[in-house]
Amino acid sequence: MALLEVKNLQVKFGLRTGEVSALRDVSFTLERGQRLGIVGESGAGKSVAGFAIINLISRPGYIASGEVLFDGKDLTSLTAEQMRYIRGNRISMIFQDPMMTLNPVLSIGEQMMESVLTHTSKSKAEAREIALEKLRLVQIPSPETRLEQYPHELSGGMRQRIIIAIALLLDPDIIIADEPTTALDVTIQAEVMDLLLALCKNQNLGLILITHDLGVVSQVTEQTIVMYAGRIIEQAQTKAIINDAQHPYTRGLISALPHQGAAGQRLYQIPGSMPLPSSLPSGCAFHPRCEHAQSRCQQHMPPLTENEKGKAACFLVDQRTSHP
Amino acid sequence: MPEVTVTAEAAVNKRPSRWQAFRNSHFWHSFKTDKVAIVSFTIFLLYVLASLFAPLIAPTDPYDMTQFDLMDSELPPVWQEEGDERFLLGTDSQGRDMWSTILYGTRLSIMIGVCAVLLQAFLGIVVGLAAGYFGGKIDSFLMRLADIQLSFSTLMVAIIILAIFQAAFGAELYQDLALPMLIIVIGVAEWPQYARTIRASVLAERKKEYVDAARVIGLGSNRIMFRHILPNTLSPILVISTVQIANAIISEASLSFLGLGMPPSQPSLGSLIASGFDYIFSGAWWITIIPGIALVGLVLVVNLLGDWLRDVLNPKLYKG
Repeated sequence: MALLEVKNLQVKFGLRTGEVSALRDVSFTLERGQRLGIVGESGAGKSVAGFAIINLISRPGYIASGEVLFDGKDLTSLTAEQMRYIRGNRISMIFQDPMMTLNPVLSIGEQMMESVLTHTSKSKAEAREIALEKLRLVQIPSPETRLEQYPHELSGGMRQRIIIAIALLLDPDIIIADEPTTALDVTIQAEVMDLLLALCKNQNLGLILITHDLGVVSQVTEQTIVMYAGRIIEQAQTKAIINDAQHPYTRGLISALPHQGAAGQRLYQIPGSMPLPSSLPSGCAFHPRCEHAQSRCQQHMPPLTENEKGKAACFLVDQRTSHP
Repeated sequence: MPEVTVTAEAAVNKRPSRWQAFRNSHFWHSFKTDKVAIVSFTIFLLYVLASLFAPLIAPTDPYDMTQFDLMDSELPPVWQEEGDERFLLGTDSQGRDMWSTILYGTRLSIMIGVCAVLLQAFLGIVVGLAAGYFGGKIDSFLMRLADIQLSFSTLMVAIIILAIFQAAFGAELYQDLALPMLIIVIGVAEWPQYARTIRASVLAERKKEYVDAARVIGLGSNRIMFRHILPNTLSPILVISTVQIANAIISEASLSFLGLGMPPSQPSLGSLIASGFDYIFSGAWWITIIPGIALVGLVLVVNLLGDWLRDVLNPKLYKG
């Protein structure tokens, strides 16, 4: 049995103008120790997917249907109290901006120990020991001093390490990292990503890496999901996605990466932009931007079908596999 | 070079003590350089000390009827011709020493002001946090409640409640319970000020990622509200607290002046002013004017301190 199994997850937002789907029929699985990347443009539903897993969609959003099976239990049906036990304890989350994620008025030590004290019956001294141990694990120099310090006294990279340490405090099974390196500069990005990768390997952690950066995904993850307008449009081994993407959108994303073009050449860009979830085009949501669009793309939504390379939701792929 | 690394390490390991950190802070610096703040704070401190140590400073106990003599009534302050050197600021109509009575009255006024504001703050913080954090129906309900409360003026609510209480339970019982009653009435009448301010700050704070992060850790709502959000809304709370203390002192004085506050046997500044008002045309101006000056001074320094605090805590505010 998979550690985490998301089945046909639908998330809707009840807005004044009507209901809007942010996630449509999203399914995937994550094994213990597996690293999964979720990629897509802004507004594709990546972060919503992350929050939906830990059942923290804030109003007016809600999980309309589907299941999130964690260790066989459906997280969407748990009570608030049971869910709090899961959060931070079994599934942790890391956010984008380390400047904002730590509470400015509490010391690092207080914020770290709080999590331990909430979930376990350990004493303050024991909680402090755990905090120190995790700070060492994320390679923070002089951890004893850091416990006394406040977030504004630390650099961005240091804060993100501390946030990772907080996520690791209770030895969770899964870490959901929502754009963990976007707010950091490039050298620190690489350091933080290496650290996260090493931790996942050593601790046998499941990682869900939510990002728009295909470069990061290719370094860290084993499986990759590509999302577009709230749907999974392609899912495969990360290598297969990078080297031989099936969906035109994924291929577009990859050719838009800077190192694909020669110096002085214009970078490729996918024409148009992601549709708003409130005004999705009919059929395949990508068809207005797709250079291979056919008439049936406008009427029918291509299903996510499996082939030897992975899964993709495009009629083009169907054709290629059915008429070789 | 090794020396440099040693000092750098020492700097990392040795954190300044709380006192040192305070001495280096923007707060202390802006206090030191602001003359108005220093003067107001000094005067405020004198008021607080005088009221705290009133029993030690005051030459007589104004609550003890055996210590004053009707023969000494309406004596002017010492610097006047008919002044008596036993009574620095003169005596009132019952022969009480004004200096002692003002000291005790200031004590009552400050106590009522501070306690009423603590009550206001408690109610307002709980309501404001809940309204801002939970939102939706809870928010609408609590804020409409605050609107209703605000649509009655503080004095009107206080007058009605205190008058009914006096009428229902008699002046005897009222004399004993005047102090807690005033605190409760003024406290309850003004909580919406706090609730609204805090709700607004909570709405801004709730959107920040550290709140999401706290929820992701699995902390409960109470803990997030009181431990994470509340400390981040402290600066507006501090600022309105100073304004509210001044307001509460004025409310108490007004109620006492109207005869609904502290009884003449335990006069606050307001009831002293009121008791002197009857004699002002007979020439005994000091019974009203001197406590009046004490009251104005107290309210003024509290307000000045509040202004200064607002400027310090809100650097975005332009101050020309």
